[in-house]
Amino acid sequence: MCLGVPGQIIEIEEPQDGLGGDLLDRRGRVSFAGVVREVCLAGVPDAKKGDWVIVHAGFALNTLDEEEAAEVFEYLGQISRIAREDSLSRDGPAEP
Amino acid sequence: MKFVDEYRSGEAATAYAEALHDISTSDWTIMEVCGGQTHAIVRFGIDRLLPGCITLVHGPGCPVCVTPVSLIDKAIEIAASPGAVLCSFGDMLRVPGSSRDLFSARAEGGDVRTVYSPMDALDIARQEPESRVVFFAVGFETTAPVTAAAVLTARREKLLNFSLLVAHVRVPPAMEAVLSSPDNRVQGFLAAGHVCTVMGYGEYGPIASRFGVPIVVTGFEPLDILQGIHMCVLQLEKGVAGVENQYGRAVRPEGNPAARALMDRAFVTVDRAWRGLGGIPRSGLGLRPELSGFDAEEHFGKARAELDDVTAGSCLSGLVLRGAIQPADCPSFGRACTPEHPLGAPMVSSEGACAAYYRYGRNREEEHD
Ligand code: SF4
Repeated sequence: MCLGVPGQIIEIEEPQDGLGGDLLDRRGRVSFAGVVREVCLAGVPDAKKGDWVIVHAGFALNTLDEEEAAEVFEYLGQISRIAREDSLSRDGPAEP
Repeated sequence: MKFVDEYRSGEAATAYAEALHDISTSDWTIMEVCGGQTHAIVRFGIDRLLPGCITLVHGPGCPVCVTPVSLIDKAIEIAASPGAVLCSFGDMLRVPGSSRDLFSARAEGGDVRTVYSPMDALDIARQEPESRVVFFAVGFETTAPVTAAAVLTARREKLLNFSLLVAHVRVPPAMEAVLSSPDNRVQGFLAAGHVCTVMGYGEYGPIASRFGVPIVVTGFEPLDILQGIHMCVLQLEKGVAGVENQYGRAVRPEGNPAARALMDRAFVTVDRAWRGLGGIPRSGLGLRPELSGFDAEEHFGKARAELDDVTAGSCLSGLVLRGAIQPADCPSFGRACTPEHPLGAPMVSSEGACAAYYRYGRNREEEHD
């Protein structure tokens, strides 16, 4: 239900002036591994072409931070190192 | 696929499982409150990778499962009204109301259409001005912003034939309800990543300290969930109860202010009944008074007030949704209750805990290994 799918913005339609001054018309085309869909970009006013967004029910919930994307592996590297230091008798898992 | 495949590495998952075995010394019960996570946990067998002392229980994380019978009955009634088009996410169609479901309402001639987004329902309202188009707005804070965008667009375009039957629910009050229950056994939470993508995690600090439970904002892929569990168990083992964010690539502390602003323009907090859990104060969203012209309950009559909507009969979904029992512990599981003949909503929606257990063959015997 709350499934959100990551996709990359390939085209943006900016809202036209004089329509109440809000972002409701900000739309774009987003590619999900090659499948392109029209997505409402009203929730990501600063997103640019090329940015990755997480899309749920045709609406971009937020942009994805590429720098944070590797965190899950960095954390694993850290805890593996700690485990190795804690127990030198046992080989820790290989670093990613 | 970028941002997906790399988070499914079997090697890294094994390393996470080993790390969890290294740090776990006591029995811990951790709840996730997101149907997407429930589904991933069972589908990828994450529960089977964990040390035996860690039990994952599955909370009220499926909005379809917790939508009260009274609103489903109302949706069925609307579908049968002349000129009405009831638009819904597909998962809702087979959720049992008090006597039937939307699927049978459609078989009996009701105009029920499944849509992918409320924006699709808006298109139908534009294309069929003579129809009264109602979108059945089910979902957590993840879905509320797009519903808000749809109704605000309808107001701006004066699409007076469009309205919402609002069933939106908020996650933090449900977590408090689980923790306040006398039979609670949940000691730590994985908070639903996509809800936090919108809302941030400011609401969780007071819950973590009031109930002494660690809360880790967690994503949906197997490695996200394993890391979330690791962060939660580390806190439990150290005896601390704070809020941490595992899902930093999508979740900022303040969430997404633009999406929240859309929600605030359309909705106010209201009391809401949860199927299986009963009434929870301030746990729902309702349309702002100035948008009442777009409220389906103004056009088609109010749904029954039902603040104690606990599923009756032999369905134990209330206990399942609070994590008091696992789906396979329900005597009806896989016998009287299957996805083809569901007795309760957690067996209907693909993200319900009962359906996930059934689909991936988690039977009772295994549970008690
Ligand atoms: S298995 Fe069926 S009857 Fe039992 S709790 Fe789940 S939905 Fe209800």
